[in-house]
Amino acid sequence: MIQRLCVAVAIASFGLVFASLAVGYTEQNSLRPLAESYVRLVPHELGAPNVITGILLTYRGFDTLGEVAVLFMVAASVGLLLGARRRPRGTSTRDRASESRASSEIVRTGADILVPLICIFAAYIIMNGHLSAGGGFQGGAVIASGVLLTLLAFPQYQPNLEFLSITESLAGALFVLVGIAGLVMAGGFLDNRILPLGQFGAFFSAGAIPLLSVLLGVKVGCELSVILERFRPKKS
Amino acid sequence: MISQIVLVTGLLLILIGLWGLLSHRNILRIIISFSLIGTGTHIVTVAIGYVRNGTAPIIDRTLDVWGAVSRVVDPIPSALVVTAIVIGMAVTAVMLAFAIRLYDSKKTLSIDAFTDSKW
Repeated sequence: MIQRLCVAVAIASFGLVFASLAVGYTEQNSLRPLAESYVRLVPHELGAPNVITGILLTYRGFDTLGEVAVLFMVAASVGLLLGARRRPRGTSTRDRASESRASSEIVRTGADILVPLICIFAAYIIMNGHLSAGGGFQGGAVIASGVLLTLLAFPQYQPNLEFLSITESLAGALFVLVGIAGLVMAGGFLDNRILPLGQFGAFFSAGAIPLLSVLLGVKVGCELSVILERFRPKKS
Repeated sequence: MISQIVLVTGLLLILIGLWGLLSHRNILRIIISFSLIGTGTHIVTVAIGYVRNGTAPIIDRTLDVWGAVSRVVDPIPSALVVTAIVIGMAVTAVMLAFAIRLYDSKKTLSIDAFTDSKW
């Protein structure tokens, strides 16, 4: 009883704080100076129509690199937590494994049709990150959803974890190398002007941004796939 | 007006998440509450970046380079939220991994069972 009362008091006080926030909030009528300079600079300096991708991969590219490091750390820690899982005492897991049925015809056929489409859609999202809504993270998540569908439809399917780890490490190393190339050949770390900017709005434009998008997409896709694979119950 | 509705929705989601966090004893429900708080925070951040009558900061045929400054929403909160969504997913993955290990050790997901302190 006393606990419920405490919870209610806590929620009510948070609600009061939030209510004062919501009441005091007014919509902006124009951009703040920093945002305004980003909106001006990204199309002119970087040649990318999508301002958000320009910020994410160039002006704030270092943050993105840190985020990729966080993802790597998470993949490693999930592997540490679930990889060396000992068999639980008792035989419940083995019973469950032998009882599990194969997936039905509908699921398998659906996966057969959908997985290639999902992969194409992921490639589209990744490659259009500098032109329209999309980018490496989103595309990588779409790739991982395709892998998840495969894992659900074909429980026997065993993704090659070594291949995934090597691809992911290569993509990460290349990402850093592109960043260092920006330091040497252009204005700073992860500067996209190491490649010609090209025509504004064309597919091959905006310097190194499409390259960085692809590397990011491959890396995120591989990492999420490894995490998904780790969550599967182990067969013994 | 639109951003006010979105802001209130996000704040409500945070409140629901906090309530779930404090009043539930099941670890999976606590993880769901964490996700709700995260999603609410993302919605609030995006709502703060809204500019009246603004559109997405992507320059195309209908939005030329010169008119963009007066017609787009703030791109910085959007860029931050893209990062935050991925990190939120990663944190959820770690929490679920811990939940699996905890279930392996005690065969239950109620936090009432985990009373022994190790350190």
